[in-house]
Amino acid sequence: MTETVVRVAGVDKTFVRDGDARTVALSGIDLEVGRGQFVSLIGPSGCGKSTLLRLIGDLTQPTAGTVSVNGKPASRARRDRDYGMVFQAPVLFDWRTVEDNVRLPLELLGQPRAQREARAREMLSLVELHDFAGHHPYQLSGGMQQRVAIARALALEPSLLLMDEPFGALDEMTRERMNSEVLRIWEKTATTVVFVTHSIPEAVFLSSRVVVMSARPGRITNLIEIDLPRPRSDETREERRYFELVTQVREALRGDDETGHGSTERLAAEGTVG
Amino acid sequence: MTSAAPSVGIPLPAPARPPRAARLGRGLAASLPPMVTFIVVIIGWELAASRLQSRPYVMPPPSAILAALVENWSADRWPLLASAQHTFFEALGGLVIGTAVGLTVAFAVSRWASARDAVLPLAVAANAIPVIAVAPIMNNWFGVLEPLSKMMIAALLVFFPVMINVTRGLTQVEPGALELMRSYAASEGQTLRKVRVPNALPFFLTALKLGTTLSLIGAIVGEYFGGSSDVIGRVVVQSASALRFDVTWAAILLGSSAGIAFYLVIAAVERVLIPWHPSVRGEQVG
Repeated sequence: MTETVVRVAGVDKTFVRDGDARTVALSGIDLEVGRGQFVSLIGPSGCGKSTLLRLIGDLTQPTAGTVSVNGKPASRARRDRDYGMVFQAPVLFDWRTVEDNVRLPLELLGQPRAQREARAREMLSLVELHDFAGHHPYQLSGGMQQRVAIARALALEPSLLLMDEPFGALDEMTRERMNSEVLRIWEKTATTVVFVTHSIPEAVFLSSRVVVMSARPGRITNLIEIDLPRPRSDETREERRYFELVTQVREALRGDDETGHGSTERLAAEGTVG
Repeated sequence: MTSAAPSVGIPLPAPARPPRAARLGRGLAASLPPMVTFIVVIIGWELAASRLQSRPYVMPPPSAILAALVENWSADRWPLLASAQHTFFEALGGLVIGTAVGLTVAFAVSRWASARDAVLPLAVAANAIPVIAVAPIMNNWFGVLEPLSKMMIAALLVFFPVMINVTRGLTQVEPGALELMRSYAASEGQTLRKVRVPNALPFFLTALKLGTTLSLIGAIVGEYFGGSSDVIGRVVVQSASALRFDVTWAAILLGSSAGIAFYLVIAAVERVLIPWHPSVRGEQVG
């Protein structure tokens, strides 16, 4: 492995509700992500994959253990604007045009106007939405809105891109197109990506490595290297090796059941993951 | 929309705003039914009133009201134009004062939890005070002959909707938006300027539209309890006690026209300031 971008060591996360009702969201998490890798976190609902992503992004703090990004504590990395985030909802501001939305992080950084404009246009070209710069978000489809969110996340050239089920709300066809799009962008920008998903095909198609998690308490059960050659395309989805890996991830997810969890949980896992 | 479709072929939705001519046509079509209703009511009123000729002071016909309006436009006894101007000035002053105080409290309350705990219950309680009951006190405090006393009554009415709506707008922000700002390590001030204030703008304009009507009500209620005589409230009281209901109706007509004009101004401002908002885009708010 090359240089490490994300290092999660011995992390526990416990939520305390109403005084003493405790929920162990994550337990004993160790994870390393190398520079330029595309790593997906997959698991059933409640396995804490989003929480893990939020810990890396310093949107929440671990109960125990350490999270470092680029060799710094996550909070330092956030203040240094080391990463971009894409959430499940695009979170675009309706009062801003598409271009102004992409420009937002550059404004917050206090970059000069000319530089901001050039960079925003560059990012919009990257996601192929330059013709829609003057539109407002509500004039775009869901997939286009999410591409604007990606452009915005990439505007500061983050060394780490955190994506939390960004295509969860899209239909299957759009999702596949967006996956190809993300790979194209990733190959162009050489950003490190941590990607949370419910979808096995999505995880396999995109990733260099799939991190399989299980629930209650949330923990990592398998690391699966995805050795599909790059660049990947729609043909990749029809290769034998692709199906083998999809099966391998599915079995790893099902392994959850063999370790003594109830059948309702297995159903929940299959329902949301398949 | 002439721009080419993107390479990823997601269908382009219809443009949000149709061309100006179409919008104008739709506006006319929308205002036609209420106009027809209005004209039918006026004609019915005219006919009904002419049958009750023996007692014109019960229900003066629209033609008589119109005549009274013209006749008293700048008369000595009930100068309608001057009265409307004075009342409008009081309402406007009340709107400005009430809005300024409402905004100040809203920003303080949404910024500091301690201010929220200390002020919000009192503000809600203050809203329960029947304004008509405190009108004489305002007249006493700020001078019965001073327009300021009427402005304060209007301000009292305007304050609450502005305060409560703007507080909502500043605090009810999509959680994802706040997380996004946090992920960019944005300062509190940046979040206020770039998220909270734009988010509160539609709430504020809604409150202002309410405020236009409320401020006129407040001003006229204040006038009922005494003060200079060239105001809508006094004209209404005095012409009614002189059984000149044609003048009373004319004054009411003038007062409501002022209110409607006031409202339309704010609605126009709204279209300029928040063209992106569903209420202005003309889509269903969902």
